[in-house]
Amino acid sequence: MGFARRLTDEHPTKFLFSSCYNLAAMIYLDYSATTPVDSRVLDAMAPYFAASFGNPSSVHRFGQVAESAIDSARESIARLLNCKPDEIVFTSCGSESDNLAIRGAAYAMRDRTGANWILASRAEHPAVTKTLLHLEKYEGFLIEWLDVNEHGMVTPEIVSNAICNNTAIVSVMYANNEIGTINPIKAIAEICRANNVLFHTDAVQAAAYLPVDVQALGVDMMSLGAHKFYGPKGVGALYVRKGTPLVSHLTGGGQEFNLRAGTQNVPYIVGFAEALRLTNEERDQRVAHVQPLRDRIIGSVLETVPDSRLTGDIESRLPHHASFAFEDVDGNLLLTLLDAAGFACSSGSACKTGNPEPSEVMNAIGLSREWGLGSLRVTLGRDTTPEHVDSFLNISPGLIEKARKLK
Amino acid sequence: MKKVVVAMSGGVDSSVAATLLKEQGYEVIGMMLRLWSEPGREDSNRCCTPDSMAQARRVAAKLDIPFYVIDAKDVFRESVVEYFLSGYARGETPNPCLVCNQKIRWTFLLGHALALGAEYMATGHYVRVRNSEDGHQLLRAVDKSKDQSYVLHVLNQNKLKHALFPVGDYPKPEIRAIAEKHGLPTASRKDSQDLCFLAGEDYRIFLQRNAAEILKPGEIVTRDGKSIGMHNGLANYTIGQRKGLNIASPIPLYVLGKNAEDNTVIVGAQEELGSRELTARDVNWLSGEIPREPFRAEVKIRYTAKEAEALITPTGENQAQVQFDAPQRDVTVGQAAVFYQGDVVLGGGIII
Repeated sequence: MGFARRLTDEHPTKFLFSSCYNLAAMIYLDYSATTPVDSRVLDAMAPYFAASFGNPSSVHRFGQVAESAIDSARESIARLLNCKPDEIVFTSCGSESDNLAIRGAAYAMRDRTGANWILASRAEHPAVTKTLLHLEKYEGFLIEWLDVNEHGMVTPEIVSNAICNNTAIVSVMYANNEIGTINPIKAIAEICRANNVLFHTDAVQAAAYLPVDVQALGVDMMSLGAHKFYGPKGVGALYVRKGTPLVSHLTGGGQEFNLRAGTQNVPYIVGFAEALRLTNEERDQRVAHVQPLRDRIIGSVLETVPDSRLTGDIESRLPHHASFAFEDVDGNLLLTLLDAAGFACSSGSACKTGNPEPSEVMNAIGLSREWGLGSLRVTLGRDTTPEHVDSFLNISPGLIEKARKLK
Repeated sequence: MKKVVVAMSGGVDSSVAATLLKEQGYEVIGMMLRLWSEPGREDSNRCCTPDSMAQARRVAAKLDIPFYVIDAKDVFRESVVEYFLSGYARGETPNPCLVCNQKIRWTFLLGHALALGAEYMATGHYVRVRNSEDGHQLLRAVDKSKDQSYVLHVLNQNKLKHALFPVGDYPKPEIRAIAEKHGLPTASRKDSQDLCFLAGEDYRIFLQRNAAEILKPGEIVTRDGKSIGMHNGLANYTIGQRKGLNIASPIPLYVLGKNAEDNTVIVGAQEELGSRELTARDVNWLSGEIPREPFRAEVKIRYTAKEAEALITPTGENQAQVQFDAPQRDVTVGQAAVFYQGDVVLGGGIII
């Protein structure tokens, strides 16, 4: 019995699908977009909606119970990240964590040292790139975009060549959402430390499968979002190494060590902690479950589909992540055909308005428009079975050719 | 369950079309085409503004059907916009909606629908299809005031085979009532002569921006060739036009014709307008067979024109001669002449 089967039996993931979209008959292959909430996580969250509903900032016992719940969550996460509880700041999502890290550190560093250069890779998530463009346009910071290699990787050499004594922050994602490439975070962190530069990593995609020990990684700040690892949407966290200068960008009450105002989302924070705990506990099994399936997908697609290529690094790659580019295929149309055939996947150029453009990541790894518009991302998860993979591999080459012809 | 793709616009007609098909037990998929707009005006194509797209998406969600947007920008520009520009360059008054229905809706989109495994494609057009052993007939809508068969005379047996037009069986007020009952949008897109890609502007402004070279000034002449003024490009004039000629004349002057060869606009008195006959090219016969004998039919020479009795004589090379019982005003080169017998659309072609 496979890992997926066993997990599903013991902890059935409840999909409350509406009938006519017929989601129950669909095969979900988009776990990098989001994951279903683990039933054990739901159970952990349940008491904090109505029974223990207090405001953690309140003095009375209702407040104390709620406060204790988030303190426990913080301690649990701190153990998993190998840091102190007061180095964890809860936010509303991974994007907010990125915003807090970059804006907060940019202002604080300029205040403290005058440094106003920020280095970030061209393949970062928009939560990072758009934030930086904002800082450049409205706040006068100087942004230097780090090139990536053809597999979308930021090499330590690229960072050490770009870093200088006016550099305030370096931000490089742990693993890429579109193409799955894992960056050499530890080596980049060492370069930053040697140059007294703050290093932030967006680990939103990575946390589902990669170790998140911040001491081993050597990062100063790290963004996380719970819904990528079977936790709820609407809650994230930022690890902030003690002593890292940071200015709050959401001001108000003194919650989250004066770094993020607003009454904490107690049940979601509890859910975050439980989801991360389970992820850590089951990491090896989860990797062992998805990786062989992913390898079959990569091998089979490249073998059977003409004019196809893998995007991202083949070795240094998230274990559940397969991504491709197909020449002269409208990626959006391919997603439509796949969806109609019962497979939920994703594409770097995906958009719901029929205006496809190659993503920044496709441009950054040097793909031409003909290839960049034809990207496909297939990401696996706990409920993916070998049968799912078989039927995907049976049907997708034909659909890719169909999309190529219809274009 | 039979699968049907409904071309949705977010408006009342296509929304009700999807609703009716769902009630009839079809497996319905909503689709919308992303059409071409001028660079920098991407959000202003009347057929697919962000608003109408959001509206269509909401309708699909309400109906519990999947919804996809298909990129048709390139094929639309290559076929429809090119047709529009080259028509004006030849001194004609083209009707790009015909080409859109033929090449975009009922070829490009139909191809996508079939690729998705659908057997049928439906739109919110007010027309009907009658299926018999002899084939498929295109009929006018029940609601004559809303009938859109003029723009769909370009279909053929192969396309009609897959075509469903659920709203053609109802009067418009009933369609609106059905929409209301289901909590769907009840507003129609304004029945406008404006083309979707003109972004609400006059076509002349579009031509100036996109094909200024075809707007060559030339002479305005009378039927006997006398030059009586200047025009600023053939495309700026249409047959029957009276305003904007800027010629002092004892009698009101009307545009009688345009001559692309010597770039002249021909004008004359109102009595001179009108002709008893026309020739149509690229004639499409919906039955798939060219009639062997001349026959009588009612002919419509514009989307909004009233039908006129005529004798039609099919001639070689997909052409047809049309002889009207009474002279017709505003026979315009580039518009379609569509032939009817009662409610049945027999075919039609482009006036030359």
